[in-house]
Amino acid sequence: MHPAFSIIFLTTLIGAGQGLFLALYSGQLYSVLNLLPDESPSFYVIGSMLVMVLLVAGLMSSFFHLGRPERAWRSAVRWRTSWMSREVIVLPAFMGSVVAWGLIHYLGWNPVLFSVSKNISVDVSLLVGAVATLLCFTLFLCTGMIYACLKMLQEWASPLTVINYTLLGGSSGFILATVFAAWQNSGMSGFFGGWSVVLTLLAFLTRAASLYRNARLKHKSSLQTAIGIRHTDIQQTAQGAMGGSFNTREYFHGASKRKYKSVKWAFLVLAFPLPLLLLSFGLGSHVMELLVAAFLMQYIGLLMERWFFFAQANHPQNLYYQTV
Amino acid sequence: MKQLALVIDLNVCVGCHACVTSCKEWNTSGTAGYMADMNPYAKDPTGTFFNRVQTFEVGQFPATETVHFPKSCLHCEDPPCVPVCPTGASYKRESDGIVLVDSEKCIGCNYCSWACPYGARELDEHQKIMKKCTLCVDRIYDESLPENERKPACVMACPAEARIFGDISDPDSEVSSAIRESGGYQLMPEWGTKPANHYLPRRKASITIHEDELVRSDNPLKKEHQLPMPDDDDPTFDEITSW
Repeated sequence: MHPAFSIIFLTTLIGAGQGLFLALYSGQLYSVLNLLPDESPSFYVIGSMLVMVLLVAGLMSSFFHLGRPERAWRSAVRWRTSWMSREVIVLPAFMGSVVAWGLIHYLGWNPVLFSVSKNISVDVSLLVGAVATLLCFTLFLCTGMIYACLKMLQEWASPLTVINYTLLGGSSGFILATVFAAWQNSGMSGFFGGWSVVLTLLAFLTRAASLYRNARLKHKSSLQTAIGIRHTDIQQTAQGAMGGSFNTREYFHGASKRKYKSVKWAFLVLAFPLPLLLLSFGLGSHVMELLVAAFLMQYIGLLMERWFFFAQANHPQNLYYQTV
Repeated sequence: MKQLALVIDLNVCVGCHACVTSCKEWNTSGTAGYMADMNPYAKDPTGTFFNRVQTFEVGQFPATETVHFPKSCLHCEDPPCVPVCPTGASYKRESDGIVLVDSEKCIGCNYCSWACPYGARELDEHQKIMKKCTLCVDRIYDESLPENERKPACVMACPAEARIFGDISDPDSEVSSAIRESGGYQLMPEWGTKPANHYLPRRKASITIHEDELVRSDNPLKKEHQLPMPDDDDPTFDEITSW
């Protein structure tokens, strides 16, 4: 498939935003359970603003993918059958719940609902955050399923697609949360940092698993099934258009073999080991620049990962265009 | 349920592209707007087509066969492009099984074209909406046209009559009998899309004739047996007979 930068930015930006929210909310949950020191409301307010910046930027980017962005509102109609429609509904719902969660912290409308024990009390923000967390995971599911539900794109049609979107978003968001906590001089930076390592390693394993799967994939369609002629030796002599068509542009990445391969190795280095190294050095030495570099390096790596995700998918229609 | 479709005879198609040009000519003035042509007279011309003819060479030279292969939307009975559409712009008509795009609802997200394994949909570069074969829905029901012209433009144009149009759910229709009698098949059956359009395969144009089929060896009177020509010295028929 041809990697569209609008979708690459959409999925990486909202992934980081979702991961950051999950990090902040788990921090809050741990502090409620008295496992981490309490944070000031402003920590969550600025954090939720950061989440919103990423989500809004991702949403804006997605509009560039539409031929008719002024009709985008129509895309919420077919939620019964279309994962894209579901994403279009869940993304704003998640944004709304993040705004509500941030506002509750900002305005202090945070009455205690009930207490579990003497030290543990559940307030409104915890409940709203739980709703937002549910929406956040639903959004990961929707985004992943947009690709995983297309059974003819066999590179995507796997549960690994959803798992990778979730874990890569989580890894990116938790690293950003580490940077954010260090910037705010919060005691949570070590907690976020630890989970960043876990999530990044898990994401590496599942992404490597999908690379392993795709390298051994047997495509169901062949030129023989595409045109229905049972012969082992078929050559295409005309594609139906001399100057190219939508079919020759939309479904081919157009990059050289060398570029394609180097993007794969680049993202494997940039998205996984490099940010982990920078993160551990940064947390050990308290150098802010190293932490920022860890997030940015990984983000570049994730852009490449997403580019490769699209480029690797081999659409069966390409069988009709043998000489592209 | 009615399911209109095309049956394309690959044994007959000569690859003249008349179906391509007549399709474009008819549909570029359709209700969904014209079919864009970008850089028509410059480098890398490109444009929207509902139907394209490709050519394949089967076998190794010199024992090759050239197969011209026209392909448009196959109007699948279980179209994968329809459920993925987020706006409902992509739909399949209950009444006749034609898969259409509502040009007023399409947002141009390309998602339906990703779901189609056949590459039958094209984003119009000018209008930025998805376009595809409509089976000339604005022709086939037009009562102002003579009845024998209520067919898709490609079927009307085909000089070799390689394209047949009709209802494949009716077992007595011309298309159904062609599929049944001539081994009609569907493209990429592995995806379970059940394409309505069918293709008729190349057929052998030679037969094997054995010698004993030419000479009736079992004929007791040997009717085919020819007597040798008489020599010039032999008496003629008149000389050996008398009146």
